[in-house]
This record gives sequence, C-alpha cells and structure tokens, in this order.
Amino acid sequence: MNQKIKKASRHTNQNEGLIFEKSSPGKRGFELPPLDVPKVDVNKSLGTQHRREGIEGFPEVSEIEVIRHFTRLSTWNYAIDLGMYPLGSCTMKYNPRVNEFVARLDGIATEHPYQPQELSQGCLKILQLLEKCLLEITGMDAITLQPAAGAQGELTGLLLIRAYLEKQGNPRSKVLIPDSAHGTNPATAVIAGYQVENIKSESHGQIDVDKLRDLVTDDVAALMITNPSTLGIFEERIPEIAEILHARGALLYMDGANMNALTGVTKPGELGVDVMHLNLHKTFSTPHGGGGPGAGPVAMKKILEPFRPVPILVERDSGKLALEQVRPDSIGKVRAFGGNFGVLVRALAYILAYGPGVRQATEDAVLNANYIRKHLEGAYDLPYSLPSMHEVVFSDAIQKRKGVNTMDIAKRLIDYGFHPYTTAFPLIVPGALMIEPTESESKEECDLFIDAMKSIAEESAATPEVVKTAPHTTRVKRLDEVGAARKPVLRWKTASKSKAAD
Amino acid sequence: MAYPTNYRYTKEHEWVDAKDGVAKIGITDYAQNELGDVVFVELPAVGKKLETGKSFGTVESVKAVSEIYAPASGDVLEANGELQNKPETINSDPHGAAWLVKIKLSNPAELDQLMDSSAYEAYIATKGKEASA
Amino acid sequence: MRYLPKSPAERQEMLAAIGAKSIDELFESIPEKYRLRDALKLPGPFSEAEIIDYFKDRAKENSLGYTSFLGAGVYQHLRSVITDTILLRGEFLTSYTPYQAEIAQGTLQAIFEFQTLMCQLTGQEVANASMYDGSTATTEAVLMAERLTGRSRVLVARSLHPEYREVLQTYAKNSGLHVEEIGYTKNGTVDIAAVKAASKDDLAAVVLQSPNFFGVLEALPEIAEAAHAVGALLVVAIAEGVSLGAVRPPAEADIVAMEAQSFGLPPSYGGPFAGVIAAREKFVRQMPGRLAGETTDTEGQRGFVLTLATREQHIRREKATSNICTNQALCALAATVHLTLLGKEGLREMAEQNLAKAQFALSELEKIPGVKRAFSGPFFNEFTLEFPRSVRMINGELLREQIAGPLALGAAYPELTKHGLVCVTETTPRAEIERFAAAVRNILTKQL
Repeated sequence: MNQKIKKASRHTNQNEGLIFEKSSPGKRGFELPPLDVPKVDVNKSLGTQHRREGIEGFPEVSEIEVIRHFTRLSTWNYAIDLGMYPLGSCTMKYNPRVNEFVARLDGIATEHPYQPQELSQGCLKILQLLEKCLLEITGMDAITLQPAAGAQGELTGLLLIRAYLEKQGNPRSKVLIPDSAHGTNPATAVIAGYQVENIKSESHGQIDVDKLRDLVTDDVAALMITNPSTLGIFEERIPEIAEILHARGALLYMDGANMNALTGVTKPGELGVDVMHLNLHKTFSTPHGGGGPGAGPVAMKKILEPFRPVPILVERDSGKLALEQVRPDSIGKVRAFGGNFGVLVRALAYILAYGPGVRQATEDAVLNANYIRKHLEGAYDLPYSLPSMHEVVFSDAIQKRKGVNTMDIAKRLIDYGFHPYTTAFPLIVPGALMIEPTESESKEECDLFIDAMKSIAEESAATPEVVKTAPHTTRVKRLDEVGAARKPVLRWKTASKSKAAD
Repeated sequence: MAYPTNYRYTKEHEWVDAKDGVAKIGITDYAQNELGDVVFVELPAVGKKLETGKSFGTVESVKAVSEIYAPASGDVLEANGELQNKPETINSDPHGAAWLVKIKLSNPAELDQLMDSSAYEAYIATKGKEASA
Repeated sequence: MRYLPKSPAERQEMLAAIGAKSIDELFESIPEKYRLRDALKLPGPFSEAEIIDYFKDRAKENSLGYTSFLGAGVYQHLRSVITDTILLRGEFLTSYTPYQAEIAQGTLQAIFEFQTLMCQLTGQEVANASMYDGSTATTEAVLMAERLTGRSRVLVARSLHPEYREVLQTYAKNSGLHVEEIGYTKNGTVDIAAVKAASKDDLAAVVLQSPNFFGVLEALPEIAEAAHAVGALLVVAIAEGVSLGAVRPPAEADIVAMEAQSFGLPPSYGGPFAGVIAAREKFVRQMPGRLAGETTDTEGQRGFVLTLATREQHIRREKATSNICTNQALCALAATVHLTLLGKEGLREMAEQNLAKAQFALSELEKIPGVKRAFSGPFFNEFTLEFPRSVRMINGELLREQIAGPLALGAAYPELTKHGLVCVTETTPRAEIERFAAAVRNILTKQL
C-alpha cells in the first residue's frame, strides 16, 4: 500500500466466541428485586400442560462477561462514528447523540400507546410538529407517520393509490418501474397487487419520456420514480412526466430515498409528485443500528388524504390533540400502534437542530459528491455524464481490463480504512461504483477517500492481484458465502463444536 | 467445454437430450459460468406439465437467481434429486450428471425449432462480444 | 452548524476545485422555477440544550407519575442499564446493514446469537433477524403459509390482537387471501369445534395468539391436529415474550410470529419494536427477512455472513418473499443483550414474578363486589375482568388517582362492553396493586 496513505486501517483482533460458549449453569447477569406478593405454584397456575421446564441451551453468564462480549463484538464493526460510508442512496450521515438522549427521556420512552389521550399530549404534539415539518419539506398536503421503513412506506403509498383509483371505479393493474429502481420498488408493487412493467432508461440514464408516453395506458395506476435517480441525477423532466400520467388518470409515486439532494432546495409536491415516502434513517439522521429500525412516513396530495392509515392525528377545537381510530375510506393499518415513535422523535430532534438552515446540509452533500466526482473522473469510468447531485456513479470498465471488478475495488477500499461504496447497483450500470459521501464528511475525509480510490486505481493497473485478493488487513478474510448458502447454519446448537476463532 | 452435438439448445441456455420421446433437460456450460457457484436448485414435482417457454424452476447462486424455461412441452417423469445435496454438480458437469428433469415430450417436433450445437456456439460467441462492448 | 464539518474557506476551496463559482451552479439541473428562493419555514435552529428542553417539556405533558395497568401487546418490564450501554456504542448504533461481512462481524455474530435465542425460546428450528413488529411478523407468517401450501384461505382467531388482525386485513386485501374469523368460547380460548368444522383442504393456515389478547393460554395440540389433518399450517403469534420463561413454547406450531418488545425495549409510545419469524427448517427458503449464517473464511476461521439473500428484494425484486429491506436490527440487539443478561434463571424468575403479581392482583380485584374474571382459562400476566359499570367511566375516575386503568375492550369487541384487560408485570409494586384495587372499590361504591 502507498506509504503516504494516512488513514487508520487495522481492525482490532480481539477473539471472541459465541455467548453460548461461555455459558455455565449458575451464572447470572441480572438480578430482580425480591417478589413483594405471595409466590405461586407454577404448575397450579398454568396447569402442567402449559408448564415449561427450562430453556435448553439458554445462556448463563455474568454481567461482566456480557459487557466484555458485546464490547469486543462491537470493535469488529465499522461505523459512521469511525469514518465515511460512501454508500450510494443510503445517506450514511452523522447520527446526532442528542437524539439518543431525548428518545430515552422518562416521559418519552416510557409511554404506552394505549394510555388515555389526555396523558399523551406530549407525544401527540411531537407527532403534530413532525408532520408539519415534513409537509413543509415535501410540499405536500397530508402525511402518515405509520410505516416502519421505506419499503413499508412504498407499500402504503401504493395502497393509497389503489384505494383512490378503486373509489373512482377501477384500481387498474400495472405499475411502471424504471430499470434503475431499488429492489424494494418491484417487490412492493407485487405485494400491493400490481403487475410490474419495467421501463428502460434512455441513454443519459433518465426516464425515457417518449417511451413513457406509449406505456401509460388506462391500465397503469402509477409510475414509481426515484428523484434524483439512483444515478444521482435529477430527473429534469419530472413535471412533464407527472403531466403525462395525470392526463391518463395515473399517479406519480416518488421514492424519497434521495431526498438528501432536495431538502430545502426544491419541493417534490411542486414538481408534480402525488405521493412519496421519506426514509428517516437516511435523510433525517436516525441511526442505522446495523440494519434498522427506520421509519418511512408517506406524504401525499389532498386527493389521497381520505385513504390514510388509521389512527389519524387531529386537533380539537379545545386545542387538545387526539388520535381518531375510524375513517371510512382508510386503507387500514400497515402496522400496529402508531409507528416507530422513537425513530420519529430522533428525526424531529434533527430537524429542530437545523431549522430553516437545513438547506446547508443539502448543499454540503452535493458539494462533497461533486468534489469527489471531479477528482476521480479519469481514474474511473463515468458512464453517465449529466451533472451529479448528492451521489455519483462510476463503473469498473477501466479496471476490468486487468480483471479487477467493482467488488474487488470495494474490498480493497476496506484496507484503506473505509467502508465500501455500493457495488453493482443500479443494475443499469454494469460494474457500478455508487458513491454518496453525505454532508457529514469534512474536506479532509473526502481527500483521504479520493487518495484511497486513486491509489486503488493505480494498483488495479500495476498490481491487480493485491486488489483481487483484498481485504488483507481485516480480522476475517473473504468469507465463504457459497458454503453458507449451500448448507445454511443459522443457529448455534447445544452439541455443536464449531471451530472457534483462533 | 464442448457442446454435445446431439443436443438441442435454447436462447435461454437450456439444453435438451431427446431419445424415444423422452427428453433430459439441463442448463449449459455458458449459463453455469454466468451464474457462478450454484447453491440451490428448485425443480418441479413428478407429473407437472411443462409448457414451452414457461419457467419451471430456478437455479440460484449466492447473488442471483435464474429461471429455467421449458424448451419443449411435456410431463415431468423425474427430477434430479442429486442436485438437492450437490448443487455444485451444475458447475462441474452441466451437460451430464447435472440434468435437471426428464420429461415425456408431448410434441417431439418442437425440438426442430431449437438450435443445434454449432448454432448455439455461434450465438454465445456474439453474446460474448456484446458483453465486452 | 455543528453537524457540518466545513469552514466557509473550505467550501470555497472545494467549489474552486470543481470549477464552480457558487453552490447554486451545482443545482442547475433543477429547473429554475422549482428552485426555492426562501428558506423553509421550520422551527429552530436549536442548540443541544434547547432540543433537550423541548422534549423535556413534552415529557411533562405525558404520563409521568402515573401507574399503568396496560398491556395489550406492549409491556412494561425491567430493563438493565447495560442494554443502552451496549446499544449506544457507536460501532453498533451507527453501523450499516452487514452486507460487507469482513467489517461487520460484530453485527453478524450478534444477529446469529439473536436467531439462536429466538429458536431456543420458541422451540423452533430457524429464526430470522427481525421484522418490523409482531403485527407485521404475523402477517408475513400468514403470507409465508400461503406460499408454502399454495392455498389462500386462512382461519384467524378473534382472540388474536385486534391490531394484528387489522394489519393482516390490510395486506390480505391485495394478495388474494381469504381471511375468516373464528370466535372464542367462554373460557376465552379459540373455539376448537369451529376450527375443525372450517378446516378443509383449501386451508392454508390457522392463526392464533398465545397468551391471547384476553390474556388466556391456548390449547395448541388439538388445534394443530385439526390444521395438520387437512395439510394446513399452524401459525402462532406471541405478543408477550416473557411468558416463554414459564410457559411451554408452541412446539406444534409450524411458524411462530413473535413480538420481542418485552425483551429490553421500552414501550416508546408504540415503537420501534422487533418482530421475529421462527419456523421449521424446511420452510427457511420461504422465510422473509435477513438471515445470518455461520461459515469460514479463506483461512478456516469461523465467521458470519448474511445468507440465502436470493429470497430478498434486492436480488429477487418482484419475486421476493417480502419487500422488507430495513428491519429492526438495533432492537434485536437490545433483545439479545437483555436476554443474555437475564439468562435462563433470570427469565424464569421474571416470568414467575409476573405470574405471582397477576394472580395477586386478580385475587384483590375479585374481592370487589360485582367485579369478576370473564374467562376461566389459565393466564400469564394479563386477565379480563367484567365490571358492573362502564370501564370508560371507571378509568376516567382512576385518572384522578394517577392510575391508567385497564384497557376497555368494547371498541374492539362490541360484545364485551363492560370488560377491561388488566396487565400486571414484575414492575408493578404491591402497594400500587392494592391502591388500584382500593380505588376501583371506591369508585364502584360511590356510584351505587
């Protein structure tokens, strides 16, 4: 590796087995206060047919062992707190710690969703304020905070569209989806009961508007668009696209995953979007936590408002807030209780920190992406040359000549102390490298990233083997995914003698 | 790897080895190479009716799933149970031990529509050119 | 702004490097008329202290100082401070989905441990890395049964949580699923005769909850038999996971859909929680959600990877087993830490304390004239009481005593207008149980 590379690159090599392998009868990690009511005979209370004799294999370890075990495991992870994740369309921005603090407050974390509404005015005010903020940001008329993630938001959006069209007499049967779309889009359309019709992007990676005109028939319910697209490029003709759809009675759904390029700069509602979801765990800084939780609120135009999932937040004349459980045209519920409230609290805290100045975050995100693009153009192939917004997509075409592909480059980037970018997506770019730095990266971190990527490009030309067999500095080397899929081992078993890490 | 001259081939990279009204069907060496290490195969039950051009199963690698399309119509007589335990056979012996199903052909004449080995070899040569273009 | 690591000078430097004169140039691909001229009308900007004050003020407007007897799918349980100690480690909190296994072994091993714990608790062979919550896990379990059997009719117990049933209906409308409801008997358990009568060979699944919404434990063997006799699957939902510390797991179930909120997740006004699907190994390829699998690296060292990804949306797209992408990973981690702290004995003890407290509360409340238990089956930490007056009226009065009373069942079950669901856990002090009983007695006496 180039000696000038300054970024830290070695992962801690603590060895740690499974918690079950440390278990020994009689150890305990947590004690309960003593029982202050009479003990009961479990057999008598439950009946012998319901009685459990013990949980086989359940761990028995002490408090210190639990602390060490999970602390050691945590040191094996990369994280935003350590450095950049240039993952395209994931928006891995800083997760503000004050958000964690407020979500855990007594009186916030402790509230039961069924407690009387007079005892929940604080929670309801939080929801109301978040609704207002997100409507202002999106330029929409109504919103639901219920969906637990982006994919669930997409489903909610399509169900709203279906309900609206059904009320008009015909739900229609098709949804158009660009070939550059995220996989959740077609998966969701099918669950919503629609057939997917793929629409190929044109030569600049944008939606082919002429083709769209032909494809939008009276049987099309909606087009699902991501804007900016998964190439990081703004769909300039989106107002025209909206018009084409509306002329045929179809609707425009926007996947809001890339909202980090638009917040404070433009409003999807003004572009002609009828309904969209937001990813609070992307644009609004709530932590990914290794895969979730997230939240996927859905904002919509007035025509879709009556179909929102219940309960609906309303303000009474007295000024008191309430949740209404019954709405005749509602699509129902997509999950129990009101939504991922704890995640909503964190998103609101993020918005309050920025206030009207949130545009600066968007500008910095776009600045970082373009800075990186400028420095890597030439070293990497740029398949689509239209201006990038908050993310840029390169391809591995140049490196492929020496047999190095995007996966290899990604793995080598790990040796340089970074998490890989998004590989092999979007599907319309063979061998894609999708890079989104977010506004949380300093110029220094961007420069370190650029240096690393340039160095890898040089290595790919001069010493490709080093790249093809990367990573070299991690605790574990490349893992056998084929074996894991052929003979899946999905749990520890009491009698197992798996070879522990040495 | 050679493409047996007595087999017939489809554009979706299936091969057919027919004799006396019974056909063995598999996927070609080209297909297994594109897929990578095979981890799982999903095959139809005995008795299932296959329709020409329709999907009748899947072959999975770690990162992709491929549908298998029926090159001809017929009833499934046997599915290759070996592949449940050793899906990797598709990578090592795609034209032989890794046959997927045996079917009773309902219309053997359908096979005349398919490519012979030299036509198939020419076909995948052009595909190769497209990929590196 | 403290979240933005750029000085004005650095911004200028970077613009110069790009060759742009101003940041506005970078937004030219947005047609001029759609570019906002004014700043958004949002509250703020707030300093850290102001953010904290805002939420503290909201907290004061909630239920601080009240004692709650609510359960119904969300439970107040002890949770160790250690859970947050671990969750707040940046390497867990701020890490991404573990697609790059070499630098996510912490997350992956923790998921593997979570999957193992869920199997041990439920008695099933495989479990996934989490769904959004119990309601969506139950729904996905039903869709899984539909795929596995190729059939589209399901029987759903009315004693399954009303919100779980609502969510199932919302998803079912578009998947061709026919959902039929099966009633309950005076014991509060599923009407087995009705299940048998409705079990035909077009049945995909029988779906119920245990302990059910009324708090009563279901007798699973007979129902399982009826379902299996016609080739249908038994799907069991579990909303109160702590019950598994004392109650036999549903071994007869083909698929278990569990809510893991009781394991170290605060009620948090309804979320985020963590659902789990656990099932027989032969069903794993139809199971939605992520799965972590054990494997080895090129040097033979044990490691973990996400596996069987071809079921998921990012590969299978429209043919995926589910559209789920983001799940509830950090919540599952909380459950993993919590359960390893409690351990075998701790969970058993917690469950037994719940049983004891609930029995005690029931006996105190049944001493009140006119108050009686509605259903006679065995229960865990929740039970349904019938009151001589409206539960709403009683609860209104209880609020003055700073008590959040039982959940009135009349809205979800029109035939149960005078019924309330009482939940007592190990966190409810004896003194509060006694105070609650005394308050109810007073209220009912005053009303005569």
